[in-house]
Amino acid sequence: MPKDSGIGASPKRREDVRFLTGKGQYTDDINIHGQAYAHFLRSEVAHGTINGIDTSAAASMPGVVQILTAKDFEGVGGVPCGWQVTDRHGEAMQEPKHPVLAEGKVRHVGDPIAMVIADTLEQARDAAEAIDVDITELEPVMDMKAAIKDGATKVHDDLISNLCYDWGFVEENREAVDEAIKSAAHVTTLELVNNRLVANPMEPRVAVGDYAPGTDDYTLYTTSQNPHVIRLLMGAFVLGIPEHKLRVVAPDVGGGFGAKIYHYAEEAACTFAAKQCGRPVKWTSSRSEAFISDAHGRDHVTKIELALDADHKFTAIRTDTYANMGAYLSTFAPSIPTWLHGTLMAGNYTTPLIYVNVKAVFTNTTPVDAYRGAGRPEATFQLERVIDKAARELGVDPADLRRKNFIKPDQFPYATPVAVEYDTGDYDATLDKGMEMIDAAGFEARAAESKAKGKLRGLGIAHFIEACGIAPSNLVGQLGARAGLYESATVRVNATGSISVMTGSHSHGQGHETSYPQVVAEMLGIDESMIDIVHGDTSKTPMGMGTYGSRSIAVGGSAMVRATEKIINKAKKIAAHLLEASEADIELKDGAFSVAGTDKSVAWGDVTLAAYVPHNYPLEDIEPGLEETAFYDPSNFTYPAGAYICEVEVDPETGKVDVLKFVAADDFGNVINPMIVYGQVHGGVAQGIGQALLENCAYDENGQLLSGSYMDYTMPRADDLPMFDVDHSCVTPCTHNPLGVKGCGEAGAIGTPPAIVNGVIDALHRAGHTHVSHIDMPLTPARVWAAMNG
Amino acid sequence: MHNFEFVKPGTISDAVAALGGEEAQALGGGQTLLPTMKQRLAAPTTLVSLSGVGEMVGVCTNDAGEICIGGATTHAQVQAETASSYPGLSGLAGQIGDPAVRNRGTIGGSLANNDPAACYPSAALGSGATIVTNTREIAADDYFQGMFTTALDEGEIVTEVRFPVPMAANYQKFVQPASRFALTGVFVAKYASGVRVAVTGASENGVFRWSEAEAALSSSFTADAVKDLSVPADGMIGDLHGTPDYRAHLVKVMTGRAVTAAQ
Ligand SMILES: Cc1cc2nc3c(=O)[nH]c(=O)nc-3n(C[C@H](O)[C@H](O)[C@H](O)COP(=O)(O)OP(=O)(O)OC[C@H]3O[C@@H](n4cnc5c(N)ncnc54)[C@H](O)[C@@H]3O)c2cc1C
Repeated sequence: MPKDSGIGASPKRREDVRFLTGKGQYTDDINIHGQAYAHFLRSEVAHGTINGIDTSAAASMPGVVQILTAKDFEGVGGVPCGWQVTDRHGEAMQEPKHPVLAEGKVRHVGDPIAMVIADTLEQARDAAEAIDVDITELEPVMDMKAAIKDGATKVHDDLISNLCYDWGFVEENREAVDEAIKSAAHVTTLELVNNRLVANPMEPRVAVGDYAPGTDDYTLYTTSQNPHVIRLLMGAFVLGIPEHKLRVVAPDVGGGFGAKIYHYAEEAACTFAAKQCGRPVKWTSSRSEAFISDAHGRDHVTKIELALDADHKFTAIRTDTYANMGAYLSTFAPSIPTWLHGTLMAGNYTTPLIYVNVKAVFTNTTPVDAYRGAGRPEATFQLERVIDKAARELGVDPADLRRKNFIKPDQFPYATPVAVEYDTGDYDATLDKGMEMIDAAGFEARAAESKAKGKLRGLGIAHFIEACGIAPSNLVGQLGARAGLYESATVRVNATGSISVMTGSHSHGQGHETSYPQVVAEMLGIDESMIDIVHGDTSKTPMGMGTYGSRSIAVGGSAMVRATEKIINKAKKIAAHLLEASEADIELKDGAFSVAGTDKSVAWGDVTLAAYVPHNYPLEDIEPGLEETAFYDPSNFTYPAGAYICEVEVDPETGKVDVLKFVAADDFGNVINPMIVYGQVHGGVAQGIGQALLENCAYDENGQLLSGSYMDYTMPRADDLPMFDVDHSCVTPCTHNPLGVKGCGEAGAIGTPPAIVNGVIDALHRAGHTHVSHIDMPLTPARVWAAMNG
Repeated sequence: MHNFEFVKPGTISDAVAALGGEEAQALGGGQTLLPTMKQRLAAPTTLVSLSGVGEMVGVCTNDAGEICIGGATTHAQVQAETASSYPGLSGLAGQIGDPAVRNRGTIGGSLANNDPAACYPSAALGSGATIVTNTREIAADDYFQGMFTTALDEGEIVTEVRFPVPMAANYQKFVQPASRFALTGVFVAKYASGVRVAVTGASENGVFRWSEAEAALSSSFTADAVKDLSVPADGMIGDLHGTPDYRAHLVKVMTGRAVTAAQ
């Protein structure tokens, strides 16, 4: 019988009551007495020299409080980058200054030039129209390969070139890989683009800066996935405000998908301006602004080669990738195409030799950083596409080719040639489960039905692995992270037994307020309703690194387990005292402490009350109170894996692709709340189908965004999607965290795109369009039709 | 959005008078105009709402058997009220945007705007409709004059559109994936006098009649009749969502499908 509470149960998401009834408190709902409104005047050109900014007419417009430009930010630091990558030759990456407001030059459409603060937003916008910016346009740098040729126009004049870094991994393997490819029985080569995406969280970014002159305290309310990270970056590197004088609050946040990890210029500008103008300053991004100022995702151009021996075992992989950084380095941008991408290039397979080369390039486009999956989708996409192509070239079944090369259960822990060690997995189990769920045996009959309707049906298979639970701090430190990646939890038991759990992770759709209490309640044997989760406020929670990289349950949940264990230990001491028994004999079960082998027991609430009203209490041994904090630093990543399989139908007359069936068989390790996990996979699959078929962030050669609104940027809608069949019954628990959990937030976005593209190529091949070996995403009707008729 | 005055007259003559003011602009359902104003790309000083002009709202049939639709009638109302009298037109109205758009947007606004990817222009041209304004009657063949361009003069408003009812008609819309306007839409209508085929979404000159297909379909109203025809890609729109070649191809595919569906 399914459980109705604790780990493994699916209580409804308690936060949904407020979200669905309009009672959520988002950043834009925060209005502080006397607040003024900021509007950013942004560059309309991709690249240009600023000759002058005349704000005099604007400054005297009605309602204008203050207008700030780059010169007002002299003495203020630039927007920092949180990860330094070292290149193939041991040199540090090239790191340009990223001023809060454009200094001397504009480098992408949307680069902020001036901040106009007024009594109302419309007044600020009116005044912005009256600012005269004299710009000489420069040639925009758009094409990555051309950008790193000698003599190319530079995005940053003070850098040597537009090449941020040329990274090789594992550099020592380079020659051995070349050799293995040269001597291989078969080599499959594929060139592909991982399309640039706009994250598009439902809630656009918002920042409200507030300053209290009486105490010299700053508060920033912001739409962030990690308020402590923002406090550290903005306080230490941009504005020079020590942590105890800066509070960062990220209240209800309506989706992030990575784009709300980073510290953005607008946050620093609003905080800075609040002191300058003596009023709270609020900025709310419009959707149009979000398209040009939220960090974008993906944008890789890759050539991958897969070498196989005569027995079809993979012998080597070589990849050559150009990764677009955009105009500046966003917070974690350098790590995405490197450590979050190269390390996953082994996939689920035993390939012994791998070499990944990545050239990160500056262009006159909006900065690019992590987007759901971040680097891992790019790795999986190449690998799962090239394997499919190899199977086709060799005339073997794509599922069988995968099985032949899978790491087998008895090979774990498995050290890959790309520096990571997978702890557990059973990839045959997930692939078999997925094939069963899609009813692969019945495919031919369904394909015949499609054919009778004039449609082409294809079966698309992909198997993915990712590294979640980010991350062991000492390891990422060696790899260039300028931060630790532990997580924190404080379990504060109140006198009457209710509990507030403060977590450094942050919920922006993940359902933490529901899942975390399930863990703590299970450990204590008390009702989940007695436990509340507190997050998103640096003044309330211990320093934590926030939520991304499917890390919350694996790292944040583990911290919570550790803190709860400390609570149990102390509570047992109190119970032992109350029961006049030895601590070693105390058992905690169903919310009561009992003496083993007796009927003597004391209730949870009696113990907690004793902790705060310590009249009868072992004061000589332990302190009063019942509150514990733990910081958990994982010893390894977690490695969820799974099969993503679909059936698609192509309309040969128009090229339109319909996804008819979609199954996902994941191994997430242990699952806390299956319903929430289903939801996470559903959302990820929707985004994956979005990337594969619909979404495309495209620029023209002048650096103008062609897909700058929903008129041209295609978000997936319900009617673009089939019903999903999702399973997570294949479980190999993580071996190194206390819950045995792996993380599920990104899986869908990683496994889905190659499954869809493989399905479409399969459909075309079955119908005789064998000249089509690849179509770049998104597979719009026009592209599929052109490929068929090309 | 800039500040503006708002007036809501109750008669055509009051509306026309109000539109005589400096930088006054008609407001239908606002589904095109309001987003444009929010983007600060339009800044009329006065908006003259037509939704209160009773004589411009509603659907009826005149003595000639034509369906007469008031210029301020919403897409939803057209969809509902022509469902049995002119199913081809009703079907088209039901494919415009989403329910919110259909409950606000009006036929007059759509025809006045003449977006090259809008649906209604193909129905008006494909039906040989008459566009009635406060001053005159304009044949659809003379009304559409290229992308976002019509025969309307400054301050002239579409008060009514009269559709002769065909024996069979159908609209096939291949949607632009993001906006879900027509990437290419084809309206086919069969009259005793012959077949009309109007294409929207495809051409750089806005809605147009595909005369070759009209001739072929007038002799044989079957999808097969257009099978061997082709539309030149020259002058077709090329953008993120489709090349001129692709659109030219879709014109033929959608025409064939419209004919089949109209049977
Ligand atoms: C999300 C969305 C999806 C859409 N999808 C589609 C679609 O699939 N197909 C499609 O065809 N359209 C679509 N539209 C456009 C929609 O149909 C609009 O309703 C239409 O284009 C304009 O009509 P309106 O009544 O809203 O006009 P308004 O926006 O009020 O006005 C548009 C222009 O026409 C003028 N005008 C308005 N009424 C009259 C009149 N009676 N006489 C003269 N001038 C007038 C105005 O001054 C203005 O210049 C969509 C719109 C949105 C917002």
